[in-house]
Amino acid sequence: MSGVRVLVGTRKGAFIITADAARKDWDISGPFFGGWEIYHVKGSPADPNRLYASQSSGWFGQLIQRSNDGGKTWDPVDNTFAYDGVPGTHMWYDGTPHPWEFKRVWHLEPSLTNPDIVYAGVEDAAMFKTTDGGKSWAELSGLRTHGTGSKWQPGAGGMCLHTIILDPHHPGRIYIAISAAGAFRSDDDGATWRPINRGLKSQYIPDPDAEVGHCVHRLAMHPSNPNVLFMQKHWDVMRSDNGGDSWHEVSGNLPTDFGFVIDVHAHEPETLYVVPIKSDSEHYPPDGKLRVYRSRSGGNDWEALTNGLPQRDCYVNVLRDAMAVDRLDSCGVYFGTTGGQVYASSNAGDSWTAIAQNLPPVISVEVQTLT
Amino acid sequence: MIRVFLPAHLRTLARVAGDEVELDVPAPVTTRAILDALEARHPVLRGTIRDQATRKRRDFVRFFACETDLSHESVDCPVPSSVAAGLEPFLIIGAIAGG
Repeated sequence: MSGVRVLVGTRKGAFIITADAARKDWDISGPFFGGWEIYHVKGSPADPNRLYASQSSGWFGQLIQRSNDGGKTWDPVDNTFAYDGVPGTHMWYDGTPHPWEFKRVWHLEPSLTNPDIVYAGVEDAAMFKTTDGGKSWAELSGLRTHGTGSKWQPGAGGMCLHTIILDPHHPGRIYIAISAAGAFRSDDDGATWRPINRGLKSQYIPDPDAEVGHCVHRLAMHPSNPNVLFMQKHWDVMRSDNGGDSWHEVSGNLPTDFGFVIDVHAHEPETLYVVPIKSDSEHYPPDGKLRVYRSRSGGNDWEALTNGLPQRDCYVNVLRDAMAVDRLDSCGVYFGTTGGQVYASSNAGDSWTAIAQNLPPVISVEVQTLT
Repeated sequence: MIRVFLPAHLRTLARVAGDEVELDVPAPVTTRAILDALEARHPVLRGTIRDQATRKRRDFVRFFACETDLSHESVDCPVPSSVAAGLEPFLIIGAIAGG
């Protein structure tokens, strides 16, 4: 039976929300790992029953959990994330050198073809990889040591590697993003990297050609069109048509171009979704109205999607990893809020339903399309 | 046998019943020896009490025994004799936060 499995990471555990392909009746299971921060849960595209979860706590540190049965049962795997060699320093908030210190795993990206291979994006920013289903992790240190690492600076939420995109058409090509260093690309499966931030403009960076330092909040790509990338930057929604070699702004008529999430329709590579947030000092939607904005033209022209979303007195945020799309014929779109709601649309955003209303603050949302 | 009290989250993680685990720890019984034995019995706890690389106590984890805070003692100091004799537990506590 086809359906969807929505994987939700929250400040106090993970939840799995399921429905059949009609996406009308939803069942919530969890909390898994109750009381722990779950930054991310993601399933393997090669084996949908293989899930990985990042479990962490300020008290007890980082764990990685793995499920082989679609989230019914879980077992911890290795949690050793040791930087390769002497990690050196990056730049602290005040511009002084600060030693690299592992804090947590923000994002887990399973390989497109092998359920035992997973990439992990961590804070302080670095990339790790397992090839044995999480039994061991090794740093892809070419990212941290490629030359600009000493200039990287944390954003307000920490110096996190939060986005990992694997290009299905160019094996070995990986895009990642770090707050607040910027976007980077590897063409050799993470061995070597280069910054891809040309065209980004940030008010706090006087050098218009700065190679790094931009606070990229999220990248998105449609798998059928992997040279086109979309970016929600701290401010500005951006687009690249050449694999990140250059970017141009497509914020267009958005009410504000600050925000965190950005995603692409499963079947329409030029249809995008963002959730505008009022400002970086007010992390809530403008006018107390929670609105998803959709562009059907690859940016610039945006329409507000409001049907089923609260249009008064709403002051939640939608964090960077908290939006996903399913691949059913009528594309489903999902996002979670810091108020503990998870909203779903089974018609590409035309209307929305709260499929969970009272969860802990949502950090991440992923969805698996089950066939 | 050494009795070790674990905080709730670590009991869940290690899948132990009850508040305490009992460990065989060779003499001299020190904090380091207790933690080594605990992690050997329950590998999932590696990294949750002390850092994997530096072996230092995590900031928000405290060690107590016999109403004494041992958190800042050397991990190579012998623990109180009543702990070594199994009469009193060695307590691993998550620092209390809140208002």
